[in-house]
Amino acid sequence: MALTLMKGSEAIAEAAIRAGARFFFGYPITPQTEIPEYMSARMPEVGGCFLQAESEVAAINMVYGAAGTGARVITSSSSPGVSLKQEGISYIAGAQLPCVILNVMRGGPGLGSIQASQGDYFQGVKGGGNGDYHLLTYAPASIQEAINIMTFAFDKAEQYRMPVLFLADGIIAQMMEPVEMPEMVDYKVDPEKKPWAATGWKPGDDPAKRAVINSLFINTEDLTVHNDHLQAIYAEARKNEQMWEEYKLEDAEYIITAFGTVSRIARSAVDELREMGIKAGLFRPITVWPFPYEHLKAAADREGVKALLDVEANEGQMLEDVKLAVNGAKHVDFFGHCGSLMPTTEEIKAKILEMKEGK
Amino acid sequence: MSVIFEKTSLLTDKQFHYCPGCNHGIIHRLVAEVLDELKLDGNVVGVAPVGCSVFAYDYFNCDMFEAAHGRAPAVATGIKRAKPDSVVFTYQGDGDLASIGTAEIVHAAHRGEKIVTIFVNNAIYGMTGGQMAPTTLVGQKTTTSPNGRDEAWCGAPIKMSEMLAQVPGSYYIERCAVNNNANILKTKKAIKKAFQYQLEGKGFCMIEVLSTCPTNWGYSPVEALKWLEENMIPYYPLGVYKDKGAAE
Repeated sequence: MALTLMKGSEAIAEAAIRAGARFFFGYPITPQTEIPEYMSARMPEVGGCFLQAESEVAAINMVYGAAGTGARVITSSSSPGVSLKQEGISYIAGAQLPCVILNVMRGGPGLGSIQASQGDYFQGVKGGGNGDYHLLTYAPASIQEAINIMTFAFDKAEQYRMPVLFLADGIIAQMMEPVEMPEMVDYKVDPEKKPWAATGWKPGDDPAKRAVINSLFINTEDLTVHNDHLQAIYAEARKNEQMWEEYKLEDAEYIITAFGTVSRIARSAVDELREMGIKAGLFRPITVWPFPYEHLKAAADREGVKALLDVEANEGQMLEDVKLAVNGAKHVDFFGHCGSLMPTTEEIKAKILEMKEGK
Repeated sequence: MSVIFEKTSLLTDKQFHYCPGCNHGIIHRLVAEVLDELKLDGNVVGVAPVGCSVFAYDYFNCDMFEAAHGRAPAVATGIKRAKPDSVVFTYQGDGDLASIGTAEIVHAAHRGEKIVTIFVNNAIYGMTGGQMAPTTLVGQKTTTSPNGRDEAWCGAPIKMSEMLAQVPGSYYIERCAVNNNANILKTKKAIKKAFQYQLEGKGFCMIEVLSTCPTNWGYSPVEALKWLEENMIPYYPLGVYKDKGAAE
């Protein structure tokens, strides 16, 4: 199949439509506005619905409503907007509604900047809204990878009845790359497969099929049962859904950990370090929830590994998961910039040299 | 023996949790009877957000959504856009609709969402135990206005029907009360008209229903009805604030 040169935001939007998404609710915010713009033109062409909400708060609640009918629904935003969505995301997680949420991360805190950043790792992976819940969270490192993940994102969301989060960044959304698009999926809501959804019920029908889309369990015993159920789902997702990439780890003495766009810079640094005679490798989580703890541990535990360097475009957020994985077995260092300044290959190489010299 | 009255099938057999004398029970029944009479069963989706009516999913015998505080109109928007053939209503209190959910209700009206909103205004936060709402009357004592609502400090009570009637996208707005039999019948008529408009594909309809909260007002059910009549109705006049259908 021929490759097409596409902008990230538009490619991701098109991939969502091809995966069966027919409802998009969103609000403009840089650097992801091309996604709602694309959706506004494209959704009517496929018989779908694009609606610009009055706020991110309203948009995520529209997602809640539409997802509750069993439809494939997607919303996108960028960091400050995703903060506004957190209330709704918590309700969606509590009510177990499948949907896809895109966070095109920009610099923070507060209004921050409009350039790419990775400052929302904690928000995406460690909670964000209230209560004990998780989102199946993917951190694509290229436009093609984002497209590929989108082909199964709705299936996963429906399989586990949990929201899927794309933790992308402004660079993924704004750059152009040659991509291959999947075929259009013909998705139709099947009430038999989604007995929980509001697909039409009348008195006299099976009471078990009356839709009650709800996250309220006022009796503590009931809420405990509900949470135990959610945790069992999360355990299943932890078991089955971890994705990661290893690059030149076989003989690596220094393992660099990075996710998303920064992992591409780290990969170049690995190659350049190897040209300098330093055996470096890259471990890149693709799912940041569930985090591939055991696999990173196995890589770090290899005999030749001297130390790990975690590199991020933030203050060291994934660093905490890297340290949890390594669990003190090896030294874990960090390099990164807050705000929207991307770490460079030169900086990463310099940091590895420092570590090698024991500084 | 012939049946002359029976409970509508659009209400479940679950016992209401509402306090004695509260008007929610009457308003629930009016909504359910209208849905029944219009033969809408099988196609109805209700949304009830945080507030006294948060458990409405246990009472209305149709597909139901519980929504975050104030967000019911946004949730209903998502449902109606995804299932345009369904009949969608929200059931919201005044703390919900007139305070935390003002953006959502104004913009649902503004977009002309084809939904019906039942707005139950009892001038107080009931579920949390009687705090001041934006609708609390001047001088009215609540647990967060112990000396009575001070207009200079926190403004005069907000009039949502008047406000939403000004939004170009709204189609039908009427304020009713359920303080006596005549008004109960008028309320039912208004609710029925709103659902009929939705069936005809018309725009946003809201029926505001003035309602009592004997528990948090500190009155007996009978005194509460009297208080509503003497204090709420003069400030919140009953009547049709907008009816594009009648104008057409």
